Amino acid sequence: MKNYDIVIIGGGPAGLAAAVSAYDNGVKSILILERDECLGGILNQCIHNGFGLTRFKESMTGPEYAYKFIEEVQKRGIEVSLNTTVLSLTKDKVVTAINSQEGVTLIKAKAVILAMGCRERSRGALNVAGARVAGIYSAGTAQKYVNVKGYLPGKDVVILGSGDIGLIMARRMTLEGAKVHAVCEIMPHSSGLKRNIVQCLNDFDIPLYLSHTITRIDGDKRVTGVEISAVDSDKKPIKGSEKYIKCDTVLFSVGLIPENELSKEAGIRLSPKTKGAEVYQNRETDVSGIFACGNVLQVHDLVDFVSEESELAGKSASEYVLNGEAEKNAINCIAGANLSYVLPQRIDKNAGGSVTLFFRTSGVFKNCKITVQDGQKTLLEIKKRVAVPGEMERVNLTEDKIKSIVGELTVGLEEGV
Amino acid sequence: MFDVAVIGGGVIGGLILRELSAYDIKICLLEKESDVAMGQSKANSGIVHAGFDAKPDSLKAKFNVLGNRLMPQITKELGVKYKNNGSLVLAFSQEEMKTLEELKSRGEENGVEGLEIISQEELIKKEPNVSKKAIGALYAPTGGIVCPYELTLASIGNAMDNGAELFTKFDVCEIKKDVDFIITAEDGRQITAKAVINCAGYGSQKIANFIGDFSFTVGGRKGEYILLDRQSGGFASHTLFCTPTKKGKGILVSPTVDGNILLGPTAEEVDFDDRTTTSNGLQSVISKANEMCQGVPHHTAITSFAGVRAYSDRHDFIIEESKVQKGFFNCAGIESPGLTSAPAIAKHVAGELIGKTLNLKKKENFNPIRKPDYFFSELSVEEKNEIIKKDPAYGRIICRCEQITEGEIIRALTENPRATDIDGVKRRTRAGMGRCQGGFCQPYVAEIIARVNGTDIETVTKNGKGSELLVGKTK
Repeated sequence: MKNYDIVIIGGGPAGLAAAVSAYDNGVKSILILERDECLGGILNQCIHNGFGLTRFKESMTGPEYAYKFIEEVQKRGIEVSLNTTVLSLTKDKVVTAINSQEGVTLIKAKAVILAMGCRERSRGALNVAGARVAGIYSAGTAQKYVNVKGYLPGKDVVILGSGDIGLIMARRMTLEGAKVHAVCEIMPHSSGLKRNIVQCLNDFDIPLYLSHTITRIDGDKRVTGVEISAVDSDKKPIKGSEKYIKCDTVLFSVGLIPENELSKEAGIRLSPKTKGAEVYQNRETDVSGIFACGNVLQVHDLVDFVSEESELAGKSASEYVLNGEAEKNAINCIAGANLSYVLPQRIDKNAGGSVTLFFRTSGVFKNCKITVQDGQKTLLEIKKRVAVPGEMERVNLTEDKIKSIVGELTVGLEEGV
Repeated sequence: MFDVAVIGGGVIGGLILRELSAYDIKICLLEKESDVAMGQSKANSGIVHAGFDAKPDSLKAKFNVLGNRLMPQITKELGVKYKNNGSLVLAFSQEEMKTLEELKSRGEENGVEGLEIISQEELIKKEPNVSKKAIGALYAPTGGIVCPYELTLASIGNAMDNGAELFTKFDVCEIKKDVDFIITAEDGRQITAKAVINCAGYGSQKIANFIGDFSFTVGGRKGEYILLDRQSGGFASHTLFCTPTKKGKGILVSPTVDGNILLGPTAEEVDFDDRTTTSNGLQSVISKANEMCQGVPHHTAITSFAGVRAYSDRHDFIIEESKVQKGFFNCAGIESPGLTSAPAIAKHVAGELIGKTLNLKKKENFNPIRKPDYFFSELSVEEKNEIIKKDPAYGRIICRCEQITEGEIIRALTENPRATDIDGVKRRTRAGMGRCQGGFCQPYVAEIIARVNGTDIETVTKNGKGSELLVGKTK
């Protein structure tokens, strides 16, 4: 069995930022386990620009953004194990990993940082009816084929879901000569970033059908067309609204799911809402010494926020290694009216410092008010002109306010104020 | 020149081929698709039935009970996953309880052992997620589960290892009888054989017609299924059936040997090989499952699919020498419990039917064991490391959801019967069968297929010509 102070599972943007931060906070015995042949994770296939605007005030491609962190990891001489897949993780922080050089190895860590990222929901998860033929891809798979492998998966495309990867791929496929006939979104609003709707659809005259879904996929060996239908407020297809689109390719961009199979196996409590671990403000899970950050914890809009969160997790893990387990005084933090979730789910009052609460709304709201309440007592109110589920919101609670909490914290949204 | 040509690479044809490969004769399998196990053997419930459903004295009853007894041994020899998980037929009314009594006595007459009617209390103890509206159940301890395409692939692979030949994309369009049978494919290839066994499933009527045998017709019944993620694997441990009514057997809720939960099938008459799923069909699977069980974790669905079961107008198995042509044998209308019956049907066809036509002598070097007889993911750390040391490809995980290694994928592309496309690799290894449905691993699997076959990734297909994954290079 090998021993490290900190083992980081995943060498994407989350794992990289966590590693650098943990190192800079005093822990040198760190191992990053990455299943792919290079560091950088999914950023490697995101060759479009727009990364880093918030953090670095410059627009970079995904690989450029990743490289900034890869360089930092290399400068510090942090150990990396590539082509290495983690097979299992236990509560007492024993990681079982496999690769071709060393075979199956057991690694004991003082702290573990979960940074596995997320996966795309597939067609199967939606039970979209019709044929099971070639030409049906999740948007990220198509992105890999186009940007990394250099091949085009189809020429006439319909996209289901307006997630950011789907929007990016609508533009990318168009630039490669494919015709994107439609993007269908079952919700009455897009789940992607506003800037992607504008830059990837509007600028290319690609129609976005809101409150629409694919009701059937046709084809014998390869997709030949899809039937799309408008949906009612219960998301049920409306009879008579069917429209037929001939195409050879269907891309699914219908949501990302944090990849928490290892976390589950380790007995870490997951949130049914985020599908990621429930964490304290330092990103520690309910299993002492196991931390989580990035898209495996909550699906972020921007990689800048992944890096920010992961630096926090890295710092916390190093504190855990250097100072040992701290006694906590935990209060619950709950998503109230009109919010789909709030993170962190628990706040340790002993930790000190301010706490940033992250959340998403459950619908589109205009002229609304975000409230943070301690029982009946209002700690904070923030007016918002617009709040949409596609953009993660945050509010900051000062140390004083945290100290003052006596009950449970509820974050909610009030309409029409 | 072959002694026997088997037409149809499903579980029936596959197991017959394997039985025949134990004898000193020259045999071949003709399959119209680009791979075997492409018809109803790839999309059915995977149930090893106890044998209480079929009418006593029917071929279904006879072969079901025999097949059920043969299944543990044959799956062990072939390295195929099998689980004797037991089955439960749920009753929701006193009337259905009466039907259970009938099923029980019918089963006993068929020779099924251990049947027992259990109370609601006992039922819930066995299956806590069953609907509280179920008032009792018929418990069949001999019920089991097996993976139908794995059994098909393994039996054909084992037969090939013992000398059988496989011809894929051999779409039979003519059969003539001179001294021997001359079988012609659409593409002009010809095979001659002394005996022919028709195991063509949905196509078996067409094949019989080629020799002028019009003694049966075959219809198709489509069944739609929903498969749930392995994380829901503990939802049911037995195979749960509804009490059969005049309308049919209803749907089932069952674990699979790979740890998923399977819901389905629907039953819809179709007049062609229609394997598309429908919104109505999937919706009815969901609502019927909800009647049987509470809290069905539908949100963990990872895929849905449909299969077409071929049934004959005789409503029993047809396993006989054709009355029109000596040396031509029909195995047709093998609907449920066909999978369970397959090992027994195979023994009967090879031993009894072919044995009377040809002089069969056992091969001295027949090896009933299919290697490797382990599943990599189930090995101990030491065992895995032994293998990785010899072949580092086993240290590289390609399919993260099912933890399938490059070594296993290469094996699927090189051992009998060789996979040639993405779906073929998937059925042999489970790469792409997990929760992301190949989202991450498909590009890697495609590259490995291209590399092993020495071709370009552009030629790699999902399941044969016309299903290429890619349409060209980027600009």
